[in-house]
Amino acid sequence: MEFFRAKKAFNLMGLVKPIFTFSLIVTLISFYLIFHKGFVYGIDFAGGTVVQVKYDKPVQIDALREKLKNTPFASAGIQEFGSSSEIILRLQNTTADVTKDTAQQVSTALKGTGNFEIRRVDMVGPKVGKELQTQGIIALLVSVIGILIYVAFRFEWRYGVAAIIALVHDVVITAGMVSLFNVEFDLTVLAALLTILGFSINDTIVIFDRIRETIRDTKDASRYSLADIINESVTNTLSRTILTVATVFFVILTLFLFGGEIIHGFSFAMLIGVIFGAYSSIFVASPFLIWFGYDVAKAKAAHADKARRHAEKEKMRAQFEQGIV
Amino acid sequence: MLKTQWRESTRMKLNYRLVLLIIATVFGLVFSIPSFTQSSAGKKVTLGLDLQGGLHMLLGVKTDEAVTSQIKSIASALKHFGERNDVLLDAISAQEDRVTFELIDADDAKTMDTYLKTLEGTIVHASEGKYTITMTPAAIEKLKVRAVDQAIETIRNRLDQFGLAEPTVARQGVDKILVELPGIKTPQEEQRARELISRAAKLELMAVDEDHAMRVNEMNEGEAATYGDKILEDALQPQLKHLVNEIPILDGTMLTDAHVGYDQNNRPVINFSLNSAGAQIFGDFTGKSVGKRLAIVLDGKVYSAPVINERIGGGSGQISGNYTVAEANDLAIALRSGALLAPIYMMEKRSVGPSLGADSIKASLFAFATGAALVVLFMVAYYGYAGIIATTAMVINIILIIAVMAMFGATLTLPGMAGIVLTVGMAVDGNVIINERIRELLREGAKVRKAIEGGYDNAFSTLVDANLTTLIAAVALYMYGTGPIKGFAVTLAVGILVSMFTAILGTHGIFSALMEQIEKSGKMNRWFGIRLEGKE
Repeated sequence: MEFFRAKKAFNLMGLVKPIFTFSLIVTLISFYLIFHKGFVYGIDFAGGTVVQVKYDKPVQIDALREKLKNTPFASAGIQEFGSSSEIILRLQNTTADVTKDTAQQVSTALKGTGNFEIRRVDMVGPKVGKELQTQGIIALLVSVIGILIYVAFRFEWRYGVAAIIALVHDVVITAGMVSLFNVEFDLTVLAALLTILGFSINDTIVIFDRIRETIRDTKDASRYSLADIINESVTNTLSRTILTVATVFFVILTLFLFGGEIIHGFSFAMLIGVIFGAYSSIFVASPFLIWFGYDVAKAKAAHADKARRHAEKEKMRAQFEQGIV
Repeated sequence: MLKTQWRESTRMKLNYRLVLLIIATVFGLVFSIPSFTQSSAGKKVTLGLDLQGGLHMLLGVKTDEAVTSQIKSIASALKHFGERNDVLLDAISAQEDRVTFELIDADDAKTMDTYLKTLEGTIVHASEGKYTITMTPAAIEKLKVRAVDQAIETIRNRLDQFGLAEPTVARQGVDKILVELPGIKTPQEEQRARELISRAAKLELMAVDEDHAMRVNEMNEGEAATYGDKILEDALQPQLKHLVNEIPILDGTMLTDAHVGYDQNNRPVINFSLNSAGAQIFGDFTGKSVGKRLAIVLDGKVYSAPVINERIGGGSGQISGNYTVAEANDLAIALRSGALLAPIYMMEKRSVGPSLGADSIKASLFAFATGAALVVLFMVAYYGYAGIIATTAMVINIILIIAVMAMFGATLTLPGMAGIVLTVGMAVDGNVIINERIRELLREGAKVRKAIEGGYDNAFSTLVDANLTTLIAAVALYMYGTGPIKGFAVTLAVGILVSMFTAILGTHGIFSALMEQIEKSGKMNRWFGIRLEGKE
């Protein structure tokens, strides 16, 4: 089976203007959402208590709310969780007392609402939440810097910066969607954002590597514009890009659909991130190479220079070895 | 029949890559089997609390209170020294961070100073018989560190004696303690474990101030303090109050043993014994306090205050309360394992019921199986035999991830399972890249052998760069993540490394071994899912 047998390179760089404008707008909207609308933080970051209760049959949330009215849980947010017979209670307050049993208190408060089982009680103190938040931001920054250094070292700085711009684009848009759809921002969503970092860079590297290779292996590369080279490279890797994105997308889709409520946030963020990760490699990272003034002729010359020096070294080594022997 | 089959299979050429893959597969099988069967023999991947259910707690230690408690101990020691050596002390009082007292007879100053020099880590300030003793900053720092160490040790001891399966007690950060109890199944068990862990178990023997005790009900804390006393509640009858000397005679640090016994009414009590130093102090005190009462105070509550009938020499005592056998047992464990130098408090708690864990496993396994099936279907349909080879590598990949994790005793959490799913995606991506490269070369008219070798060569640097950058993200996650995120990072990192091995080296080995067959058959559509013009 084959999907692509392009005889000619697609002129994808010719589409950059409208598509990049779209990206820019979406990124700006995402920034706006992140900073103005903000996130619905889960207790991992905001601190608080979550109690998950499972009933043996569907339960009326209004009835529960009524029942909790005159208890310490009056202010609790109640939500269905995955099914109509399972709910979670959210409380803002936490208790530092080790012996106090929230599950017991909830059990008592809910007495008479049916047969239920308390399946999970999570309590995160305010101090811990703050620490997790800082650690999360540090983890993001360290990854970005680490990746920047690696790519700059393996390629050159323009590739590194272009890759990072694409990365930020993907993470910001994913975070924007998380904010837009009121997906609870918890540790798993943070993990998703970091995975997207990895995925997005992975994708960008595949294309960058191909661009470098095309310049190296095309004899008269200097006659072509960078846009042509990129078109050629992207077209050559398009089959792989689409296949990989499709497989990963389907795997995550199954996680999203069947993986259970707890990793819902994770799979939601991943679904968006995977698509944008592949898209940005082509339409964000690559054009930035052009805009940064990456020059094919110079790159080719640098390559030739490197190859020549390498050959010279080899020659010298050979002579040296012959001289010894 | 047998003979021909044998000849068939010898056509598969062994090569070093294939040998490595086979060794790795055998290794993977051996080390992953205990995890799959969950047998008790051999190392296996432990399931995280989110998957098997249990209690996870992050506890903080109030280290400041360890200092206060140490100050009190110094005061006790001073007082005992004074009484033993006939050095008269007045207005001795222990505050939050200092002990103050006055020396009545200036002739004793020399004896006092010699004694004070033996107290380590203290700063003594004396002027005109008025003494102030504080602790040096270094000693305070050391004490705080010790308080956390001691809390970890104590909690571990208590949990070991409690008889729970595989408890984890570990330091996290500077002054936090991570406690994980996978064995907890019911809320009652959880409650008991939490009470056991957090119990200060601070035993103090205190003298009742018989001179003022009559008026205890009219007294407030402030007035009690003027006598150097404090008011404590009775453990059994909360309305009953006791007036005791604020500086204890001795405390639980001198305890050597505590066990459950029964009193004459066959109710459980706790018998304790003191070490020789404790026994001496106890003997001295009871000897000169006949007729007075001695309060046995546990965690700030008076459990009994019997009248001292005679000097008690042996250094043993009894705590009686309205205990059930289980309560008495837990209390004896707490006393034996020592008091917490500083109280602990809850910073984070996650408890997962076993049924939820089972549901999570079911859901993620289902998602995993569906996802994997989709990928396999896709790969085989698209690449033919090359897809089957990639699938083989993927299966070995999963087995190896489990084996490596089992070897390091890593924990598999729910996000960790998501991490494995992702790595499988990445491993497949590696084979997609390689297969695309092979197809390209075939289209350009390369011979099969050249196309395969060239495909691997061309894909190699891309794959290394792509995987290493993802690895950077995984390492950052591991370094700065906690709990579930760490679990995710571990599987991601292990998965990337393993998948580079299976997807790049392993499949290459299989192709090399099959090279003759591929060349002979010449059916590129069957092998690589590609139709070459003018052929077939």
